Amino acid sequence: MCLGIPGEVLEIDGHEARAEFWNVEKTVRLDIVGETVQEGDYILNHAGFAIRKLPDDEVQETMEIYESFLEGDEDEALEEIGAEDEQLEFGERPAAVERQRAVTDGPGDRRTPQEGTDGD
Amino acid sequence: MATDETLQFRDPDAAEEIVDRLDGLMAEIGEPVSVMHVCGSHEQAIAKFGLRTMLPDGLSIRMGPGCPVCVTNMPEVDEAVALANGGVTVATYGDMYQVPGTSGSLADASARGAPVEVVYSASEAVELAEENPDEEVVFFATGFETTAAPTAAVLTDDPPENFSVLSAHKYVPPAMEVVAELPDTDIDGFLAAGHAATITGYGLFEEFVSEYETPVVVGGFEPLDVLLGLERLLEYTSEDAVGLENAYPRCVTREGNSTALETMWEVFEPVAGEWRGIAEIPGANLALREAYAEYNARERFDIAPDSGEADPLSEQCLCGDIMAGTADPDDCELFGEECTPEDPVGACMVSSEGPCKIWLEYGGQPDI
Repeated sequence: MCLGIPGEVLEIDGHEARAEFWNVEKTVRLDIVGETVQEGDYILNHAGFAIRKLPDDEVQETMEIYESFLEGDEDEALEEIGAEDEQLEFGERPAAVERQRAVTDGPGDRRTPQEGTDGD
Repeated sequence: MATDETLQFRDPDAAEEIVDRLDGLMAEIGEPVSVMHVCGSHEQAIAKFGLRTMLPDGLSIRMGPGCPVCVTNMPEVDEAVALANGGVTVATYGDMYQVPGTSGSLADASARGAPVEVVYSASEAVELAEENPDEEVVFFATGFETTAAPTAAVLTDDPPENFSVLSAHKYVPPAMEVVAELPDTDIDGFLAAGHAATITGYGLFEEFVSEYETPVVVGGFEPLDVLLGLERLLEYTSEDAVGLENAYPRCVTREGNSTALETMWEVFEPVAGEWRGIAEIPGANLALREAYAEYNARERFDIAPDSGEADPLSEQCLCGDIMAGTADPDDCELFGEECTPEDPVGACMVSSEGPCKIWLEYGGQPDI
């Protein structure tokens, strides 16, 4: 309940978003994130609500830290995002990190259309 | 590209370097130093990676009231159990499900046929109410600022009439003040919780630092983050100085999340309340404001908790002392014997952030 989990926003519908956490997709509310969130952004999810948008230049490092911390405690991470029956897939960096780095030139840039999100 | 950078957060050489610096600082200080953290995730990192075994003699890390489930007061659990026993659907986080009240937990009530649902978010509790319009659904809402803001968000979003909230939300900063003043808790510095500070902002601790003349470092939860946080706190102690630092800038800003805070304070007001085993703390419980009384389960229902006999073992439970930083889990005679995650006596053995459960899982002070 204390640990936020970072994930990538795949699709936004009003104040709800589909977000991906190491290949597990969940709905996340955006009501209280306090910043404009776009598809491709990374958010810190806490009990179903985004509580912070990760600054672009901190996404990669943050994801790595969390992977490192959560390794071996995957069940707990899944509990945190309410997806006990799923499997987190660590190892490969989330493709989106690379994608995002490649298409982001600065704050506020619109991102290119997302790849690989059609399985939502 | 990832591997090298990933490793840097656990790099044993870097850890040893910091530990060497801790050694040097402790030699300089020349007396025992106690640092308190107030976050279950910190305890997890410390126990999981065996950090206590790396620390110089005389430096101890105390656990503070960083587990919201653990400080939820038994009468609050009793209220939820009474509602469920009365046929009202009670939705709550998985962490609360097994926490014992005076006469059993919500899990016990559920086993007897009472309607109890585990949800992972406040939104799910609202969905449950929407899907069951003929039933009353009460969200037994627990946790610190990081879950209080989401509870507030669903209440400001026009929830269905059959939805209400039994708030056991807690607000951390006043509890830190109380713990700082406890006579048995001689704390030289606080490692403050990163995620709660994501909401509140670290600027909140400025007043605390000057009033209690105790340094505060907001820290992350990777092993090196924790060690670096300790190093910063020892630097202050060695210089006999106080200060506030944010060692977790990737998630915490000075201002925090103002939208979340505004939503939280629109719905909740701080009131005095008992923190299990610690004290009655002014301003540390979050109650629904009058404007949201229609969604307040305590207003909607006449809640009459069962005044049955408590489990006699609960009198031996040291959960409160552990939360106040005056005892360790293995000081408790019940630890791992009569009290286990499968059959817990106290809340500290239930929650994934509970120190007893963490120590049992990782062996308390394991070798590296």
